[in-house]
Amino acid sequence: MTTTLSSPTTTKTLEIRSSDDSWVPVCEESRLTPGRGVAALLPDGRQVAVFRGRSGRVYAIDNRDPFTGAQVLSRGLVGSVDGRPFVASPLLKQRFDLETGRCLDDDEVAVAVYPVRGK
Amino acid sequence: MSADMTAHTPTIVLVGHGMVGQRFLESLADRGVTERARIVVLCEEPRPAYDRVQLTSYFSGKTPDDLSMVEAGFMEKHGIELYVGDPAESVDREARTVTARSGQVFAYDSLVLATGSYPFVPPVPGKDARGCFVYRTIEDLLAIEEYAKTATTGAVVGGGLLGLEAAGALKGLGLDTHVVEFAPRLMPVQVDEGGGAALLRTIERMGLTVHTGTGTQEVVTADGAVTGMKLSDGSEVATDMVVFSAGVRPRDQLARDCGLTVGERGGIAVDELCRTSDPAVFAIGECALASDGRVYGLVAPGYEMAQTAAAVIADATDETVSGFTGADMSTKLKLLGVDVASFGDAHGTAEGCLDVVYSDSRSGVYKKLVISGEGVLLGGVLVGDAEQYGLLRPLTGTVPPVSPEQLVLPAGAGAPVALGPSSLPDDAVICSCHNVTKHAIGQCESLAEVKKCTKAGTGCGSCVKVIEKLLPAPKDKGLCGCFSYTRSELYEIARTLRITSFAALLDSHGRDAAKGGEGCEVCKPTVGSILASLNNGYILDGEQASLQDTNDHFLANMQRNGSYSVVPRIPGGEITPDKLIVIGEVARDFGLYTKITGGQRIDLFGARVDQLPAIWTRLVDAGFESGHAYGKSLRTVKSCVGQTWCRYGVQDSVKMAIQLELRYRGLRAPHKLKSAVSGCARECAEAQSKDFGIIATANGWNLYVGGNGGATPRHADLLAQDLSDAELVRLIDRFLMFYIRTADRLERTSTWLERLEGGLDHLKDVVVHDSLGLCDELEALMAAHVDDYQDEWAQTLDDPERLRRFVSFVNAPDAPDPSVRFVPERDQIKPDLTILTLGRTNSTLEGASR
Repeated sequence: MTTTLSSPTTTKTLEIRSSDDSWVPVCEESRLTPGRGVAALLPDGRQVAVFRGRSGRVYAIDNRDPFTGAQVLSRGLVGSVDGRPFVASPLLKQRFDLETGRCLDDDEVAVAVYPVRGK
Repeated sequence: MSADMTAHTPTIVLVGHGMVGQRFLESLADRGVTERARIVVLCEEPRPAYDRVQLTSYFSGKTPDDLSMVEAGFMEKHGIELYVGDPAESVDREARTVTARSGQVFAYDSLVLATGSYPFVPPVPGKDARGCFVYRTIEDLLAIEEYAKTATTGAVVGGGLLGLEAAGALKGLGLDTHVVEFAPRLMPVQVDEGGGAALLRTIERMGLTVHTGTGTQEVVTADGAVTGMKLSDGSEVATDMVVFSAGVRPRDQLARDCGLTVGERGGIAVDELCRTSDPAVFAIGECALASDGRVYGLVAPGYEMAQTAAAVIADATDETVSGFTGADMSTKLKLLGVDVASFGDAHGTAEGCLDVVYSDSRSGVYKKLVISGEGVLLGGVLVGDAEQYGLLRPLTGTVPPVSPEQLVLPAGAGAPVALGPSSLPDDAVICSCHNVTKHAIGQCESLAEVKKCTKAGTGCGSCVKVIEKLLPAPKDKGLCGCFSYTRSELYEIARTLRITSFAALLDSHGRDAAKGGEGCEVCKPTVGSILASLNNGYILDGEQASLQDTNDHFLANMQRNGSYSVVPRIPGGEITPDKLIVIGEVARDFGLYTKITGGQRIDLFGARVDQLPAIWTRLVDAGFESGHAYGKSLRTVKSCVGQTWCRYGVQDSVKMAIQLELRYRGLRAPHKLKSAVSGCARECAEAQSKDFGIIATANGWNLYVGGNGGATPRHADLLAQDLSDAELVRLIDRFLMFYIRTADRLERTSTWLERLEGGLDHLKDVVVHDSLGLCDELEALMAAHVDDYQDEWAQTLDDPERLRRFVSFVNAPDAPDPSVRFVPERDQIKPDLTILTLGRTNSTLEGASR
């Protein structure tokens, strides 16, 4: 099978900064399919949705869809508008900016954004 | 039955063999009563039941045989003793016997009176003269025809439904024809003044002379034969013959003579089960006075009574014994070539009701709707153009979706007649979830703006199609912000240039600003579907995996709390007990909520994403495969049980449904596809509400396309008739591939067909007559799909790499998602929504038990 993923030699471990400022390892970067997300569980019980864009850049936002309360944003589709990446909730399709967490369809709604790094 | 038993064979005697009597016999036969009872029919007329409603068609060339209601061999097949020309003369209820005119005496257990009615002849001098007729039986017609040979003028007394039929007959025999109606207008029962006036003009234009508001005082005779009529307004009409058609009266003499209860104004009194005052005696049809105090002169209520009486006599206990409590008197007919229809409260008798009237004297068109103060359609009258009867009658009792004037205006009168969203009133609620009106939506420019400003379309989403039609037509017909092409254009681009990846398509054919970007939630699944229908590959690999909606990605349907439902395929709805047990065991072992779907299969709810592989391992091991409930693809081919078991079935509908479901399973399309196969015209599988529906005929299959249920129901259109199995499959292949190729994103076949330029005729040209020379290619594409089909779940389970995504958390593969919890409901589970409102779950694993 042909793949656009990085080769194992260059793969990094993705880490997310938790509430106590510690970096929590999540997974190998190669686990992420460009344009799709995965969910990770932080030690404090929060869930994070982690995405990789087509360019390789990684984003992390809260996994909870504020419109339904369900922990599902990691299973939404990634897109971009005017060059800015977003994820569309798989339930009612509201879009969230992956860089800022702002909802593109409702100014009053936003989700938390988490610092993420590859190490 | 052994010979030494002296079991009593019950006898049912039917008096009267008209349309209602015949329906009663058929109903008995359907219920198997004819096999266990002796059935005797006494018929006054010299011929078995015929279609009295179509009596006048005798004059347009139909023979008495053409009008017969009795299928050849029916009486013999069911062992029914029919005595024509031998009416019942008396009934002895104590001895339970009927004596016929011939002197034969029949003992009965049940007696059914279906004696119909007789024409009312006003008691005027000269009414019995030579040249006076009534208009009721084929014999009457034969006599009128004979007498008319020596006549030049004829007059009909009565301007009602039957009177106009008779007038049409006289006119057809070449006579100068007069119609005399006592009421101030024609058809006083069915139409109002305006309708009567429109009818009058049209009929006068045909050369008939109409006298309304006047009665017949005397039939003038010379040497015992008719020469004219004196009317109550003092005028005289010279005529050679007179036909009385001034209404009918129930024939209840037999019942009166044997002491049964009859109504004050005639009619044998019956209860809801059509029983007279003697429970062994029934009365049905026009001779009966129904429990609602009315005598029904239409055939449809008579049929209902026939079925009720048959059910009672058959001792049926099922729901078919519903009882006859009254009937809708709506009618639509063609009189003298003029359409006349009336329905509901045609005369506007309800308190405070209002009229909406359209009248065009030039063309003889008159339409009136009766509307309540609250806008509810109560009834109406249509004369000259009854085209909308089929639409209006069902709307009776509801507030129509468009304003009443638009329902009566003719096409092209400046306002669209179609019940499209544009014709909805401003205060019509478009989004019922958020109570958003058409007016509010009209303030917005785009769907995104509507959602943002009004929340319309963000609830159940069923109104989005309507909203899109209400918005100003976008100048840009492109699929989304990333592509300026439509879905069908992208399909052609991908097909002809053999593009097999989304990135390649976006970078080569996307809008400049979108090239190199991510795409969006609109174009990714759309292109994913196009690539899947062109390439038939496993849809979860490589880049394809990132294009699919979450449901396609996890091969299951996400529900409101983030759990999934699982639907194994049950082709045609046929399943073995063993497989049913497996589904039950899987549901029990995984604690799933189970519900039977409308598509004849079973939906299992409440699976966490990490449970899906284990659930499917069990299902695949038992021989199940994916039901594609998650995909824009074929869902089910529903079926009735068909010829194999059903006594009405004419083809094996289950076998065909299974064949079709297995052929088209997994086929990716612009939207979901539903189908059904019915084994006879009774249509128990509801095929006409499907994207493609098949109804069995004696000669093969009829194919209907473009049907829909859901938010905008649409009856499917007949595409082709009497197809062989192979012809049917070939035509569906072409139809589906043509749809996949040309439809817009999320466009069901119903809206596609409505939008298709040239509509059904064009579709027929393309897929039946191959006018575009496409059919070979369409068939080849479908053949490739059929050859390449593999079960997605079996493929997934076979591949550890593919299974890796089925975890709740990438960093804790064994941890279940603590936010997916359930509470009990009616002995099963339902999502625990309170936990979702908390914002986050504070414990990692302790809440995960279920």
